Amino acid sequence: MTSLRDQVFVGLVLLVTLMGFVAARWGGANLERLDEWALGGRRFGIIVSWFLIGGDLYTAYTFIAVPALIYGAGALGFYAVPYAAIAYPFGFLVLSRFWSVARARGYVTAADFVRDRFGDRMLEVAVALTGVLASMPYVALQVVGMKAVLMRLGGYFALGNGELALTIAFVLLAAYTYTSGLRAPAMIAFVKDTLIYATVVAAVIIIPAKLGGWGHVFDASAAALAARAKPASILLAPQLQVAYATMAFGSCLALFIYPHSITSILAAKSRQVVQRNMALLPIYSLMLGFLALLGYCAIAAGIKTTDTSSVIPRLLTAYFPDWFAGAALAAIVIGALVPAAIMAIGSANLFASNIFGEFRTDRVHGSAHLPRLLALALLLLALGFVVFVPTAYAINFQLLGVIWMIQIVPAFVLGLYTRALHPKALLLGWLAAMITATAMAASTALGGTGISANVTLHIFGTSVTSFIALYGLAINLVVTVAASAVLWTLRVSPGTDATRAADYAS
Amino acid sequence: MARRAWNLLLLLPFVAYLDPAWYDRATPRLFGFPFFYWYQLLWVALTSLLIASVILLERRR
Repeated sequence: MTSLRDQVFVGLVLLVTLMGFVAARWGGANLERLDEWALGGRRFGIIVSWFLIGGDLYTAYTFIAVPALIYGAGALGFYAVPYAAIAYPFGFLVLSRFWSVARARGYVTAADFVRDRFGDRMLEVAVALTGVLASMPYVALQVVGMKAVLMRLGGYFALGNGELALTIAFVLLAAYTYTSGLRAPAMIAFVKDTLIYATVVAAVIIIPAKLGGWGHVFDASAAALAARAKPASILLAPQLQVAYATMAFGSCLALFIYPHSITSILAAKSRQVVQRNMALLPIYSLMLGFLALLGYCAIAAGIKTTDTSSVIPRLLTAYFPDWFAGAALAAIVIGALVPAAIMAIGSANLFASNIFGEFRTDRVHGSAHLPRLLALALLLLALGFVVFVPTAYAINFQLLGVIWMIQIVPAFVLGLYTRALHPKALLLGWLAAMITATAMAASTALGGTGISANVTLHIFGTSVTSFIALYGLAINLVVTVAASAVLWTLRVSPGTDATRAADYAS
Repeated sequence: MARRAWNLLLLLPFVAYLDPAWYDRATPRLFGFPFFYWYQLLWVALTSLLIASVILLERRR
């Protein structure tokens, strides 16, 4: 650990660890209260929220995986850009409505809303389980992002396949998540994103300039991709266009209903803060777009590797001076810690309030005791997942996570606007979609190359390749609507709606 | 209902990205970027401006 690069790296990681613990004193709140521990007291203003939500949605895994996908598959990897754009108009409408009802009635999770709106415990548990199941592999993938950086640093960092350093980082993360709750990632996000923006701006200016300009980067990538054993292109093949659009649309539906997104949205102090952030957060998407294109810079720079996760760390260490490479690599590792903490908090809330809580009579409302312990357990579980399960599986489970997550759209998103769907029908639609979409995804793995996000259906003489999550959602909606019609006709009790129209309005 | 009319502006980004066949082209290039890339990046900025416009319109009411 003698090089300047390693010193800068360790210094920055230590700094944010310290901040994580100090964050407990921010605002002098009683962190035994659930609202304070899990949602920072629901009083974050526009700037804190911007960093927190941005730091939460644009994870280390994103920074590693999106350029890696461009490097490996060409134009298809750019779907992250339309995805990260259309998520905001969607979020603007849906989340401001959800924020209002959550503030009016004191919700901490999406499942809290579903319980109140539909008066159905089973549906609440289904929504909560989906969130927890989808989050776990997402936390694990953050560890994958960190591992790519540690292996690049080498030396002590890479001891035992990087697992020693990972374990230390995760135990510290679990400790300050336990003590400080959402305040820890909120505070760390400032450092994380300042470093990330500095890195991306510098990379986007310096690296293409050294490679002869963007025009040359695209031309060189086009030639190199076409010459590969499995050729790819910087433009989409016509048969991939539907897959591209459905992946963008499907991922956009899932983005804001993940428990970690809900957690950072509900921490905002007003509906205005949520709405204004939807106009300001696309700045992160622009940054992501340029970062994605660094995948082409890596091709043009002649970086050749089969481990695509290492593409960005390799590019940064090759083109930046030592001290700046240290800061850039620290940014990625810190970029994993922020969302991992929020994901653990979001899942712990679901577990404590909507799963355990429903089966226990002795629970204390508004206490952070159980969620804190659960967050600790979930982070250690995710670490174990990465140590004992191969990386490729973590990526496959993450894909499954998106496919599952979308299946709460009818109960949660449509539920915000209408009570016309019967709770039992929503449960049936969810179940049907979970089973068929999981089976579809599993069937793509039979070829032995892992799960694929897209399936080609042959209907009416044409074939359409599109995102499995959307097939699942279509099945979900058809079953829900049909079953609702039957249940309303049979006058099966639809449960009570505890919310009032005024709760959604301001 | 007139109050909600400007929310329709929020549909424009979905329309812009809906069918990649419209923008899956190399030319015209801008600053070396093929059309496919600069078109989609441009729409990220436009999405932000459209959301900001809706906020302003709502406030002015």
